[in-house]
Amino acid sequence: MARLRIRGGVHPDERKLTSDITITRVPSPKRLYLPLKQHIGAPSVPDKVIGEIIHKGQVIARSQGNVSAHIHAPCSGYVEDIIDWAAAHPSGLPTRTMVLVNDGKELRDDVSVPVNPLFLRPEIIAERVGQAGIVGLGGATFPAAVKLTLGQSRNTPILIINGCECEPYLTCDDRLMQERTEDVVDGVRLLAQALYGPETIIAIEKNKPEAIRRMEEACKGFGNIRIMPVPTRYPMGSEKQLIEYVTGRQVPAGKLSADIGIMLHNVATAYAVNRAVRHGKPLTTRIVTVAGKVVKRPGNYEVPIGMLISELLDYCGLEEKPERILMGGPMMGQALPHADIPVTKGCNGILALSADEVKNSTEHPCIRCASCVDACPMGLSPLTMSSLLKKDKLDQAVAIGLKDCILCGSCSFACPSAIPLVHYFNYGKGEILNRAQQQQKDDEIKRLILDRQKRMARLEKEKEEMMAKRMEAIAKRKAAEKAAAEENKEKEVA
Amino acid sequence: MQRPPASPHIAGASSVRTVMLLVGLALLPGTMFGIYQFGWPALFLFLITTGAAVFFEAICLIIAGKPVRFYCLDFSALLTGWLLAMTLPPWSPWWIGVLGSFCAIVIGKQVFGGLGQNLFNPAMLARTILLVSFPLEMTTWIAPRPFDTYNAPDMAAGWSITANGIPNLDAVSSASMLGHVRTELTRGESVPDILFSVYDPMASAVGAISGSLGETSAILFLIGGLFLIAKKIISWHIPVAILATVALLATIFSLLDPNHHAGPLFHLLNGGLMLGAFFIATDPVTSPVSNLGKIIFGAGCGALLFIIRSWGGYPEGMAFAVLLMNAATPLIDHYIKPRIYGHPGSRIGRFFRKLKQE
Repeated sequence: MARLRIRGGVHPDERKLTSDITITRVPSPKRLYLPLKQHIGAPSVPDKVIGEIIHKGQVIARSQGNVSAHIHAPCSGYVEDIIDWAAAHPSGLPTRTMVLVNDGKELRDDVSVPVNPLFLRPEIIAERVGQAGIVGLGGATFPAAVKLTLGQSRNTPILIINGCECEPYLTCDDRLMQERTEDVVDGVRLLAQALYGPETIIAIEKNKPEAIRRMEEACKGFGNIRIMPVPTRYPMGSEKQLIEYVTGRQVPAGKLSADIGIMLHNVATAYAVNRAVRHGKPLTTRIVTVAGKVVKRPGNYEVPIGMLISELLDYCGLEEKPERILMGGPMMGQALPHADIPVTKGCNGILALSADEVKNSTEHPCIRCASCVDACPMGLSPLTMSSLLKKDKLDQAVAIGLKDCILCGSCSFACPSAIPLVHYFNYGKGEILNRAQQQQKDDEIKRLILDRQKRMARLEKEKEEMMAKRMEAIAKRKAAEKAAAEENKEKEVA
Repeated sequence: MQRPPASPHIAGASSVRTVMLLVGLALLPGTMFGIYQFGWPALFLFLITTGAAVFFEAICLIIAGKPVRFYCLDFSALLTGWLLAMTLPPWSPWWIGVLGSFCAIVIGKQVFGGLGQNLFNPAMLARTILLVSFPLEMTTWIAPRPFDTYNAPDMAAGWSITANGIPNLDAVSSASMLGHVRTELTRGESVPDILFSVYDPMASAVGAISGSLGETSAILFLIGGLFLIAKKIISWHIPVAILATVALLATIFSLLDPNHHAGPLFHLLNGGLMLGAFFIATDPVTSPVSNLGKIIFGAGCGALLFIIRSWGGYPEGMAFAVLLMNAATPLIDHYIKPRIYGHPGSRIGRFFRKLKQE
């Protein structure tokens, strides 16, 4: 039922030099910076006031709305401040951030854990996942509990666990599968339990033979879990591409994978679910690959969420000033303006690249070579879309599929003219969002104006009616008076 | 403030320059063999044509205010001049090469806005302008005279031919194979009779025949083209579609009417078909981007080529066929697109997918 290959894609130089280095735990720094928005959806609301003492693992900010996630304290100490601090975005624009001071005592509250979490009802597992603040740790940061509830509400016969890690440099999922195999598999079983026991497939790219071997061994006893080695091809780890490869089906445009009965979770999410449900530990640390030529001690580090990247890089050591610092992999990661930005839940890699590692060529004109068309995993025509966007013909670009673009970067990677195609598509997608928001605003204003006009018209009408009534009343009174006067006169006359 | 760099932060190895250089490398064996065949005048014409192409490119870039060094070093103008030189009669006078390069670079490419903007293949456009304007010079073919043979012109005589024209035209001229067949057919001869005396498939394959540099060695251009496909500079779709269409049509018509139509091998080995199929029709700028579009484009080129060769006014029609299909490229690109993931796609695509599933 599965296909032999995905459409398009590229095969960048893997540079996964850290796949044999054991995960190291990084000690908590003196101060931690926790942005209130580390997930897709509404930002969390602070649950502690400035100066309040916190224990490790306590909720410091609560989720709000349907799609959101709690944030927990990675250390014990107190809340120093709630400020605007640079976020992990190329602009470095500030967002609301809670600053915690670490007292180093590692005080934590007692938590109750189930004796055997595999006996928990699916809804309870989802609830516990939500309480632990777990989001999709592959980088998408969609709240995991929301996804599980969505899967529970409809028939979900297939669960795919994404262990592809197709981005170059990154090895955190690979190491996780190699070192904490039992915990990952347990997390996978818990996720399966939360979805009423679907057929479970763990997809791992073939360039991780050790992880495949260990995972296969650990899954031997579980009949409904199987390991599927998948070809090493970027972007195999993208949700839509992996679903197509594993099941042979495509997610229809504008729909969710849950709509066709498939749920996808990352291996790191599975591990976090294991920590949360079995051990009652919320998501306060994550495994980050620190790599790049200028890093002295590259490797995989278990980093408390909220640690500044500059401190993490100091811990790993830098040989020289990096040409570019990235959060995430080199294909889809964000270039950071500086390193004083905290590690967030979705951060799977910090890359400090030297000048010869980054792409640095001048843009040539497009020669229509169609390398981008061949590389696009979504079947789009990047060259046409970018030339339309250059001329600001947004509607036409949308008509030929701009909304379907997953921003994977395969087109830019393959382009011999070094055209920043993804840059245009990013701009175009942002512009669609802006226009939609503007449209909503306009509609709202229009509605308000119309309402006001209606109200005014009604008031006017009421006024007129009232006037008419009063005039009538006056006329009646006058008539009555007149009649009375005449009567009097008649009486007088009489 | 500096613009924040956009993802992806790494890139593949290919660049416009490497693409152009690899195409040049693939052309080199055939070109060298052609120059060897036709001696000094061919070499001089080749150098003049490519030199003039780069010169005109530089002039245009200066006028347009673009960085000259940057754009000249992508070698696209050099390649255009090179391909044009491959299609000229090798003993043409110098001004044919210069004028051709002017047409190719200025009229064919730069007025459209430079690299990547032109609708028509510049080299083919220039060749067509020359052919229509100077029919005599453009159809003066000579028999091969390799450097070491006794009647080959030496360097001085060669320069004199390029600079002043061919002194004793009747002594050296020789019709190309396609031209010869065309002339004899109009005299009422049948194809087997015509070919019996002059046609040797081996000579056509190796290239010991008269014609332009690009019409000589079918084998060497085939090898060059396969090299480009192996290097993923071009895809197989266009060349295969062209060659298959020509072979198919030639087979059908030679079986139906062997007295008026030559067989598929004759068509494949003669004229500029190999050069055109692998190096000219595959010009990315002027061909469709999708694979199915490329196949349609190639099939169209092949069919037009066969029609022109069989019933048209010229013995060879590669340039016309490519130009006509260039004009159809925007249309093909508009209608033939890959199916977008998660979309139902066209009705035909849906039909085939259903078929596959069953």
